[in-house]
Amino acid sequence: MNSPTEEPTWLRRALIAFAFIHVALMIILPFASVIAQACSDGIATFTRTFGSRDTIHAIKLTLLIALIAVPLNTLVGIAIAWGFTHVKIPGKRTLLALLDLPFSISPVVVGFLFILLLGKHGLFGGWLEARGIKVIFAFPGLLIATLFVTMPYIAKELIPLMDGRGREEEEAARLLGAGWWRIFWKITFPEIKWGLLYGIILCTARSMGEFGAVAVVSGNIRGRTNTLPLHVEALFQDGDLPAASAAASVLAILGIVSLVARTITDIKAKAKN
Amino acid sequence: MKSARLTTHGILFGIGMTYVALLILLPLAVLTIRTAQLAPADVWKILTTSDTLAAFKVSFGQAFLASVFNTATGIPVAFVLARYRFPGRKFLELWIDLPFALPTAVAGIAICGLYSQSGWLGSWLEPLGIKVAYTTKGIFVALVFVGLPFVIRTVQPIVENLDIAEEEAAACLGASRFYTFRRVIFPALTPAIVTGFSMAFARGLGEYGSVIFIAGNIPGESEILPLRIVHALESYDYATATILATSMMIISFVILVAINLLQKKHALKH
Repeated sequence: MNSPTEEPTWLRRALIAFAFIHVALMIILPFASVIAQACSDGIATFTRTFGSRDTIHAIKLTLLIALIAVPLNTLVGIAIAWGFTHVKIPGKRTLLALLDLPFSISPVVVGFLFILLLGKHGLFGGWLEARGIKVIFAFPGLLIATLFVTMPYIAKELIPLMDGRGREEEEAARLLGAGWWRIFWKITFPEIKWGLLYGIILCTARSMGEFGAVAVVSGNIRGRTNTLPLHVEALFQDGDLPAASAAASVLAILGIVSLVARTITDIKAKAKN
Repeated sequence: MKSARLTTHGILFGIGMTYVALLILLPLAVLTIRTAQLAPADVWKILTTSDTLAAFKVSFGQAFLASVFNTATGIPVAFVLARYRFPGRKFLELWIDLPFALPTAVAGIAICGLYSQSGWLGSWLEPLGIKVAYTTKGIFVALVFVGLPFVIRTVQPIVENLDIAEEEAAACLGASRFYTFRRVIFPALTPAIVTGFSMAFARGLGEYGSVIFIAGNIPGESEILPLRIVHALESYDYATATILATSMMIISFVILVAINLLQKKHALKH
């Protein structure tokens, strides 16, 4: 006999079955199919794809962008979150909404914004050109577009964690004469470390996987300005689906790694509270 | 002491805010100026060209359909995850977030491969006369993939926090389980459902990477708004790109404000 606040057994079973079928069909199947496409010709596709100079360059470029963007956005994210939760200023809500913008603007529009700003006919275009600095269709443009789309991850993770937690301890440490760095390192950091790690994982995954924003500012010069996601599209346009899938499967695995890492940090963070 | 502390905080905050302003506000300001410089007559002419109107229709239409689909399927999935304990639940939880973690280009190529003529699903569907790849149906499928987690992830925590006593009261008063769901549970979930729907819709409107692989990208037929901007840029038509970018910004801003208001209103009620 079912309790009155439970669904009948047949309905429960049907709903659970529906959830499994839905996720299998909509998410697992596409994922499995890209891996299967990559492996369709065996190891040969991988050696061919990852032996090519363009692919190697794309991987290096992607890693280099992440290597600069992630630490920079981590530092700025901590500064914003700290300032946001410790400084009393008006208009904080507006500011917080501003942090949501990179998530809600179309990536293509993001790329276009930087063309308007830094492109040949852009606001600073003439100034940059006179100094021989190429931003759009070059590495700096890719980096700036990536910085834009990955900007909010860390601050958004940290603000709820820093808000109103451990404030008494901070106050006590300050009265006992601890400096800012010591307070941060000994009191704030242990509170936020799992959230920070999670934010860094999200930020890294997005910076390596971003497509639309970098596609617009890259100009798609193979072996020069193609990141790995852009290289996947270039191979796809060539009609080389196995090679494109092989390159994509590396990014797919990156996605899975970030998911698993996320689950682990979630469990750690929950265990702490 | 106190002033030294304020300075450190102030400097940190200042650095953060300058960075945000340079990176976000400056580009937005330029877009606003460039839009203001266009003649209203030109704006109207560009917005009403048949290709632009078609792109609006395709983007809005498919994003709407995909969000409706994701809402209808997301509510039962969120309910299952929140209420039931069964083997494989953690497994489901992990996979549901994949669309957030998977780079959009990977999603695009995966879906395109799956629904292409020789793909696992395409080889099944095409003999039945259902062509998904390189049609607007392809856009729908891609947007369902990228928008799938939104409704589930906004509704699930609300179901977890529902007060079971209200449902017990309804049951004691003789309500059937279905009636309780319709009159007690569903109303409590509505704000979260609308929020999840709006987020999925906004994401669908702006989505680019996963769609262009499978959409066919024929102007006037299967060309989404972001791709229309890319095509305009490729032909150095900055006026069209500017107007479309501004329109998309305004739309996403309106959706963002609506979601914020909705959450505020909901927070006040509790």
